Amino acid sequence: MVQYSRARLDASFAALSDATRRGVLEQLGRGDASITDLAEKFHLTLTGMKKHVGVLEQAGLVRTEKIGRVRTCKLGPRRLHEETAWIERYRQLWESRFDELDKVVEELKQKEMVDGRKKRK
Amino acid sequence: MDARRESEPTPMKNATTTERTSDRELVVTRTFNGPARIVFEAWTRPELFKRWWVPKSTGMSLLSCEMDVRVGGTYRLVFRHDAFPEPMAFFGRYLEVTPHSRLVWTNDEGGEDGAVTTVTFEQRGAETLVVIHDLYPSKEALDGAIASGSTGGFSEQFEQLDELLVILGASVGS
Repeated sequence: MVQYSRARLDASFAALSDATRRGVLEQLGRGDASITDLAEKFHLTLTGMKKHVGVLEQAGLVRTEKIGRVRTCKLGPRRLHEETAWIERYRQLWESRFDELDKVVEELKQKEMVDGRKKRK
Repeated sequence: MDARRESEPTPMKNATTTERTSDRELVVTRTFNGPARIVFEAWTRPELFKRWWVPKSTGMSLLSCEMDVRVGGTYRLVFRHDAFPEPMAFFGRYLEVTPHSRLVWTNDEGGEDGAVTTVTFEQRGAETLVVIHDLYPSKEALDGAIASGSTGGFSEQFEQLDELLVILGASVGS
């Protein structure tokens, strides 16, 4: 049984409390759109639309992807958060950290060897 | 990614394991090719820590990193991601600092539902086994963290809530 955190739900409902943002979601339900497209359709400035999309994105309702100079907005994947999928993403996060940490450890080891040699001289 | 692999051969990578070991616990393990003294240093010196904690592949950047690594000392990490207008802060307090073997800190940005993280460093010959153990205050807190999609401030954390879209579909469709 999946449960949703209260903060997460609050963010989602706050995002949905605005008519423009509900309209944006409806629009994205019909197809992906750039922020420029959305701004035109809703008669908003680019900055204004970016803010709305930012709120929707933070609530997890919209995903954006930047290709070249265009940021495309789309609805998020329609699937439940499976624990296993989350744990795999969590593992990947740590793995990418550790790949970097390997480099730091290697560098410190080298440095110790060099310093050790100097001291012996 | 593949191009880099070709140009600079990397030594064999050690496996990272992740497991939910109970209703309230997550455990991550990894072995490093170096002594505990060095691995511990990379976790406790901010100028080293910031080099690996936020890998570039995540699209995040670390705006600031303050760590007062001693019992009762605090830390505060501030990240930014292109997609979000506001920076995100992660902060807490060190509960235990035992050189070269053990670190314990709180994760306070999540309020009462935040986990307590214990990291142990166990030297085995020339290698060090690192075990990261997150203990959540309740099953609901860990379930909540998983449901929120948050893996610690990364972009994947903001994914979709199927139920909400269903509710939304019903409301905007009318």
